[in-house]
Amino acid sequence: MARLEISDLHVSVVTDETTKEILRGVNLTVDSGETHAIMGPNGSGKSTLAYSLAGHPKYKVTSGSVTLDGQDVLAMTVDERARAGLFLAMQYPVEIPGVTTSNFLRTAATAVRGQAPGVRQWLGEVKGEMELLQMDPDFAQRSVNEGFSGGEKKRHEILQMSLLKPRIAIMDETDSGLDIDALKVVSEGVNRYKQNSADAGEAVGVLLITHYTRILRYIKPDFVHVFVAGQVAESGGSELAEELEANGYVRFTGQAALA
Amino acid sequence: MPITPASRPAGPTLGGPNGLAAHTHTGAKRTAGVASHLHPLASAAVDDHPVPTAKNELWKFAPLRRLRGLHADAEFSVGGLTATWDAVDGADVRVVSGAAAKGLKGVSDYLPTDRTTARLMEANPDTLLIDVPAGATIAEPITVTLDGGDASITEAAHVLVRLGDHARATVVLREQGSATVTHLVEFSVGDGADLNVATIADWAADTVQLAHHHIAVGRDATIKHSVLTFGGEVVRTAVDVDYRGPGGNVELLGLYFADAGQYLEHRIFVDHTFPNCRSEVLYKGALQGEHARTAWVGDVLIRSTAEGTDSYEMNRNLLLTDGSRADSVPNLEIETGEIIKAAHASATGRFDDDHLFYLQSRGISPEVAKRLVVRGFFHEVLHKVGIDQVIEHITETVERELAITGY
Repeated sequence: MARLEISDLHVSVVTDETTKEILRGVNLTVDSGETHAIMGPNGSGKSTLAYSLAGHPKYKVTSGSVTLDGQDVLAMTVDERARAGLFLAMQYPVEIPGVTTSNFLRTAATAVRGQAPGVRQWLGEVKGEMELLQMDPDFAQRSVNEGFSGGEKKRHEILQMSLLKPRIAIMDETDSGLDIDALKVVSEGVNRYKQNSADAGEAVGVLLITHYTRILRYIKPDFVHVFVAGQVAESGGSELAEELEANGYVRFTGQAALA
Repeated sequence: MPITPASRPAGPTLGGPNGLAAHTHTGAKRTAGVASHLHPLASAAVDDHPVPTAKNELWKFAPLRRLRGLHADAEFSVGGLTATWDAVDGADVRVVSGAAAKGLKGVSDYLPTDRTTARLMEANPDTLLIDVPAGATIAEPITVTLDGGDASITEAAHVLVRLGDHARATVVLREQGSATVTHLVEFSVGDGADLNVATIADWAADTVQLAHHHIAVGRDATIKHSVLTFGGEVVRTAVDVDYRGPGGNVELLGLYFADAGQYLEHRIFVDHTFPNCRSEVLYKGALQGEHARTAWVGDVLIRSTAEGTDSYEMNRNLLLTDGSRADSVPNLEIETGEIIKAAHASATGRFDDDHLFYLQSRGISPEVAKRLVVRGFFHEVLHKVGIDQVIEHITETVERELAITGY
């Protein structure tokens, strides 16, 4: 069983001139096998939460704690967090010129698994996952994310999740910019990994950050949290997503303005 | 010079496709219609080219005091450089002297744009001729090595690579050893011909080289031209591209790696005069150590006659340590809007934090992430070079360079 526990997390973004507080006391617990949807309007701090959990240097944690099975995540470097079982599927995966996808994937798998996977088994594993995600085998020989379309980049993120087998997966607006076919493929990829990880003995915990309810038709959340002004404003079940679908965020942004 | 041939080709000598007709230049020309500091007077007359000073836009980055007078009036001598090559069936490689060599200078319609090449033309050193007749296809790379034996000998050297119409060839020019040399390398590429050429500057640490490459692109010709500069104290390479008809397709690639105290400069000028031609320029460099210096100046000129031009120029520099400096100036001059593309970009910096974050977020340690990114940086250019022996050689060179800083 894995448990990601976020307690009273305060995070500021530091630019050249100013320091601005974005997260203002986030409390959230994600257990193995659970899928939590975090929904919120633009600028509410959803992506800041994702990047802070992964350890992006731009975001400074000013107070609070994040633990994975009791281990202090905030004390870990970015790569240590990944090796401990955290995975962030990014909204805007960067292009890395000259680094082939196959070399990247194998280097990452070697780091996370603690040893280089056997060549034959590894090639089969990558090929199989790529087929399931309907990715062209040529991708493996292309530079990481270079020249990939938006949909291809998101499939590549899901491919990495499938291969690195995290205990907690954070999906940062994985649905944004996808057409309906790509959205289905990506959602199926997430659901398949949820099932496969459960079958392997420890179901992944998923933190699904999204602006839209659309993806929740394909990935069923156990919990829905409305994120406003750097905090969880309200938590509930999938009925909360339905309310947002019908009424938008007005009720919550109004509340935030009063508070 | 003479370039002393250390080995002769075994095969029969073939006549050049264009013969050795005398080639004379009269008068002077300035890049017509464009008043720009980037286009100096082109003239065979040495006196038309005053000794450059640091105030001259084209020489402002170069350490003039370290050029051993090559840019000015250092007297050319002979006997320092040796050329060797292995015979390749179908290609005529030989050294031409005297009047015949005079006739080979300027075959690519080249007129000197600086004093050093004007003096070289006047001095008429031997010409190392690499001749591929019209219609010939030569699969095996033609590899010529220029070896410098003595940096105290100041020398002028001329190389002519000539491909007849519809010829196909791969040429590798390797430069090594100690030299003080002004170099003119002409490429005359016929209609529909296909040339892939790589120049590897692997000079010893005491070499100073001023090199000028002039590429004449035939109608519908395809040229890939790579400049790989690693060795030498001061190496300045200018690459000029002139199209002789529509449909020409040129890819200019460059990789350089400057260590402490090294100065490496590359200047590119692509002159689009004909319609429907393409040029793609990608130069990347890394620097490490105190006073490692590089300069890159690119210029793509798209004239009003060059409708349908598709051009792209890019320079990236990676600073691996403090104390190094890279200048990068991409220029673009456009006289017609009827083009497909004209893009230019330049970037100089340290590791991209977002690259490192992405890799680390997948469990990869910072050290391994940097190793991946820096090798990727070179690989992006190198895999495009398309000559196995060159890729292998440069990969080894890059590994040796990176070991200095511990990557």
